[in-house]
Amino acid sequence: MSYLPRKTLLLLGSIFSITTFNFFLFHVIPGDPIRLIARTQKLDAQQVAQLRKDYGLDGSLFSQYLTYLKNLLHGDLGYSFSLHEPVATVLFRALGHTVLLLTFSTLIVVGAGIAIGVFAGSRQGSKKDSMTVIGALVFWSMPTFWVGMLLVFIFGVWFAVLPISGITTPNAVYPTYLSYVLDIGRHLILPTLTLALVDIAFFILITRTAVVEVMGEDYMLTARGKGLPRRRLVWRHGVRNALLPVLTASALYISALVGGAIQVEVVYSWPGMGLLMYNSVLARDYPVLEATFLVSSIVVLLANFISDIMYRVLDPRVTVSQ
Amino acid sequence: MSEQFISEVVADEAPRHRNLFQQLWSDRMGRVGIIMTIVVLVAAIVGPVIWAFDSSAVGADASSILQGPSSAHWLGTDELGRDVFSQFLEGSRVSLLVGVMATLISTIIGAGIGISSGYFTGRLDTTLMAVTDFFLVVPALPLMIAMGAIFGQSLTIIIAIIGLLSWPRTARIIRSQTLTLRERKFVPRARSLGATNWRIIRTHIIPHVLPLMVANTILVVAGAILSEATLAFIGLGDPNRISWGSMLHFAFSSGAVGRGAWWYFMPPGIGILIIVLAFTLVGHAFDRINNPRLRDAA
Repeated sequence: MSYLPRKTLLLLGSIFSITTFNFFLFHVIPGDPIRLIARTQKLDAQQVAQLRKDYGLDGSLFSQYLTYLKNLLHGDLGYSFSLHEPVATVLFRALGHTVLLLTFSTLIVVGAGIAIGVFAGSRQGSKKDSMTVIGALVFWSMPTFWVGMLLVFIFGVWFAVLPISGITTPNAVYPTYLSYVLDIGRHLILPTLTLALVDIAFFILITRTAVVEVMGEDYMLTARGKGLPRRRLVWRHGVRNALLPVLTASALYISALVGGAIQVEVVYSWPGMGLLMYNSVLARDYPVLEATFLVSSIVVLLANFISDIMYRVLDPRVTVSQ
Repeated sequence: MSEQFISEVVADEAPRHRNLFQQLWSDRMGRVGIIMTIVVLVAAIVGPVIWAFDSSAVGADASSILQGPSSAHWLGTDELGRDVFSQFLEGSRVSLLVGVMATLISTIIGAGIGISSGYFTGRLDTTLMAVTDFFLVVPALPLMIAMGAIFGQSLTIIIAIIGLLSWPRTARIIRSQTLTLRERKFVPRARSLGATNWRIIRTHIIPHVLPLMVANTILVVAGAILSEATLAFIGLGDPNRISWGSMLHFAFSSGAVGRGAWWYFMPPGIGILIIVLAFTLVGHAFDRINNPRLRDAA
């Protein structure tokens, strides 16, 4: 089978596996969801029976599984007990906010991370290199949520210059659309910065390692022997070859990015998927928790799929050998 | 055929582990990491014995809540008027315990899967690697949160959850190393002399995989400590045990950040930073020893 159809099939297989895994995690292991709801909310026998029916939980486990798949395909993710809304509606709203946050921080992370990584890697062993590595390791060792707390303290409490909670100023009146956008922008600064600070460290480290490896290749020696100027040597010959391993490593990193976003959203009350997940843990709202886990997994699977395809587009050697 | 003859024919120049510590010590970052680890270990073992945390010692009135550092409370008090410094010492134990125990579980699973996959290859390899890749891409934190919410919040469960979800990278690394070892001369030689698979794995594969496994294990400890802190911060920690993560959870939810109570939220974060950095430094030093191409750095 050729590459793209095979990869797509694998992707669909993974999505199916994660859906099945999700179902069994939430429906089989802890007992059925109704019992979980009954643990936190008072329900009489009639309500329990009704809920059981609503959820398609009155049949065998296998028929429950089929009902679950059928509902999923219709975009029905269940009903939130704490928010009194369909889960799909809640989730869709939150997903947009998370994408906004991730887009800005990823742009900063990739741009600055690669630039600093190349800077350090092409000066392997120098003082500047060791300082960069130590700095990156320090940031990489900090819990993301704690970096968030520090920035809240510094910029939100100490200097009190930036908003530290939510996506807009409560009860604000916006004369123009631009002022609305600017308000969101101001609220974006600290969450984006928090996520970026920890994640840049990762990109610096993997880019640096990749550049160091490439600098030791024979063709780099040849290029140096030709007397190429340093800048051209590093960027044209080194970085272009170093970016492929960076791409591979960053694919694995996407799941860590999702983890970071959850923490940042909790600290800044940013109304995205992560805050939704946090609130559903506090409220023990299992339908929401289940759906946020499923959707974040699928998003990560898709991101990995895209990076696999990109790798193939960017590396001609893979195409030839296939 | 004598045992001695067999061991001569299959001699594989097993790597010497004796000077591993010396090599680590001669690496500047490795040395700093070792010193930091020892400091934290001593603080965690001795600290709580000297400054015992009394959870019932809550403040008598509002004036003792969220107080700054003083001679009575070196790191001030929390939102209930309890001493932060003794909590900080007590909390180091849970962070280290979860980090080490979860890593133990993760390493056993990861090494087991990696070695069987790389040594036996074929269909077993395909199946095990499909499972590994699945867990490698599933976002770890959402899964840990979901499992924490379902299975409950005791320390044992938290260790199990982190351990059961941290092995895929280990499995991948160990597998590729085992695959190359399998092609080395001593494996077919040992087999032709009638050594069983188990004997080959025990005497030829494991000793060679060990240095890589140790480096990886140390990095997994760092990750596990961060995972524990994050879960506790989300509110999924063991409610009966103080950890650095749960201190930050209460600092955050009680509004200590907004009130500028830096003595409350700074120490646990710095504690996590130091211990995670210590393990990361040692792990990276190991990496440089294993992979000489990276050695010149730092």
